[in-house]
Amino acid sequence: MKTNLFRPLAALALATLVLGSFGGCTNPKFVRVQPWERTALADYTMRPDRDPLETTMAEHVYFSRESASGGRGIGGSGCGCN
Amino acid sequence: MPYRHKISIASLLVLVCFASAQAEIQVGDKFPVLDASAFEGGTPASTTGLVTLVDFWASWCAPCKLSFPVYAKLQARFESRGLIILAVSADENQAAYNAFVKKEAPPFATVRDKSHQLASQVKVPAMPTCYLLGRDGRVRFVHRGFHGAETDQELRQEIEALLAEPLPQL
Repeated sequence: MKTNLFRPLAALALATLVLGSFGGCTNPKFVRVQPWERTALADYTMRPDRDPLETTMAEHVYFSRESASGGRGIGGSGCGCN
Repeated sequence: MPYRHKISIASLLVLVCFASAQAEIQVGDKFPVLDASAFEGGTPASTTGLVTLVDFWASWCAPCKLSFPVYAKLQARFESRGLIILAVSADENQAAYNAFVKKEAPPFATVRDKSHQLASQVKVPAMPTCYLLGRDGRVRFVHRGFHGAETDQELRQEIEALLAEPLPQL
């Protein structure tokens, strides 16, 4: 009885270990920048609209190629505040 | 090493992994002990028997800047009745932290959680987040983010309610 139970339990433990080890790579709950670690993301240089000239030129390219302007999302950096 | 021992060790490792993935602090939970050795910028005052507002902030967080004047007003209004405010910074950059504190000159205790020890323990869900603790040290209200006058009004009502509660039997 003891031997019969040991093998399935061992297999279950091994499977849990493998899933726990490798599943973490794809689970956003485990792999994410925590709110208190966003110093670099909140930096001014991370703003996509930090250079007005570049923004204007990019808008012009979008307008020319896609016949669309504006609607590129909202401003702000990556701190995720609030 | 016997096969059985290997399995036991592997199981133990899995358990440790899952145990370390703790959930964030919720309403009703006991707030972690404020360990002075983990902080920089002064020792947190004793919070025993007081209503405590613990705010997690950072100099790079825009809403955090807006929250400081509001906390200063709360401190001025409720300090004499038993409110203590502790602002815990998650700044990695000490110079940025110092500049912010110098500019804002908050009248409440401000410390830097340099190794993110407390922030990791609490699992702060957003910046800023403030935890309002009752006189028994348990989390009674959590405010994710700072939403100006709305948050201010809510905090005032909650602090009034908590201060009206009797002192716990220690």
